[in-house]
Amino acid sequence: MTYGYYPGCTLKTKAKELDVYGRLAAQKLGILLEEPENWQCCGGVYPQGEDEIATKLSSVRTLAAAKEKGQDLVTLCSACHHVLKRVNLDMKNNETIRQRANNYLKLDTPYGGETEVIHYLELLRDKVGFDNLKNAVVKPLKDLRIAPYYGCLLLRPGKEMGFDDPEDPTVMEDFIRALGATPVKYSQRNECCGGYVTLENKDAAKRRASTVASSAADAGADLLITACPLCLYNLEANAGPSALPVKYFTELLAEALGVKEEL
Amino acid sequence: MSLTNKVTAEDILRISGVDASRCMQCGKCSGACPNYDEMDYHPHQFAAMVRKGKITELMESKALYQCLSCFACSQRCPRGVEPAKLIEAVRLSVIRQKGKNYMTADALPEKLDEKIPQQALVSAMRKYSK
Repeated sequence: MTYGYYPGCTLKTKAKELDVYGRLAAQKLGILLEEPENWQCCGGVYPQGEDEIATKLSSVRTLAAAKEKGQDLVTLCSACHHVLKRVNLDMKNNETIRQRANNYLKLDTPYGGETEVIHYLELLRDKVGFDNLKNAVVKPLKDLRIAPYYGCLLLRPGKEMGFDDPEDPTVMEDFIRALGATPVKYSQRNECCGGYVTLENKDAAKRRASTVASSAADAGADLLITACPLCLYNLEANAGPSALPVKYFTELLAEALGVKEEL
Repeated sequence: MSLTNKVTAEDILRISGVDASRCMQCGKCSGACPNYDEMDYHPHQFAAMVRKGKITELMESKALYQCLSCFACSQRCPRGVEPAKLIEAVRLSVIRQKGKNYMTADALPEKLDEKIPQQALVSAMRKYSK
């Protein structure tokens, strides 16, 4: 199986573990992830304004490049996934945005949202299958109680993201079970970590992060897993005394598949 | 610096694509908002005030910069109103005006620590400046 793969800027710098372990695990599962040349930053946040065109163009370029190669596009970072998925839907369903973006880009063939954007967890669930993943595990993480942190961007808005039930998701719990560990359910798993507001209002971000971390700790978790570099940062740096260890889900995946290397 | 360009409810409708008159003021959005305590105007008030054309008050609101863009309000609205888009449209109406950037790149160095991801900086610049 070959897919296009969009790492995004943070996975090349502060979140190398998310990227490298994701690639190693994919290779082990027989999946080839091809990174397009010259991709650009997605912008980090989806530009919600109907008249925001320029801020959507870098995503459209990435999506159109995947279409040219005839590839579905796999994402890892929750924020990149959110932005690319929603811009893609705009290009598919919003005629004004589609027309204006194509007027700017002047591609050989206009882009109309043809590319499928798939998050790595969806790839594991829908293409690999958790039963097959379980069979591929060589080192089950059997003594770990893991709290999956979904956060916001993979799930909401549910109608657009189509990732899982936005109020009662299960994909990360199923992932954890496939690795042989025990998932811990807690109330704050799909509430915000504080996001970029850590730069504007540190106290508010600290309250959010400590609420999430203490919710997971109270439920008996040993550690939190996430797919988002900003969630990881907030949960590590802003959770205060209630902080738990936080890892990218790909690191545990690589470990369970026996392909983890020290970075 | 005062706001120079008058912004109307029609402008907010055009930018957001959201018809605020669909809101029935149930308050579910504000109840779901994880940063409610930091806001002067809350998500359900954005809907009510856009409907009444009180855009200037909202443009001066500090809530514009406290929204986390977590989409809890939009997800949980039983009428599909999407308050997050209303808040974003008002914020855009401010930062698109000359001299009205809320945070600029010059302010970033002192906010940095060793671990902060690029994603945070890019996102904040997209949200707080043009």
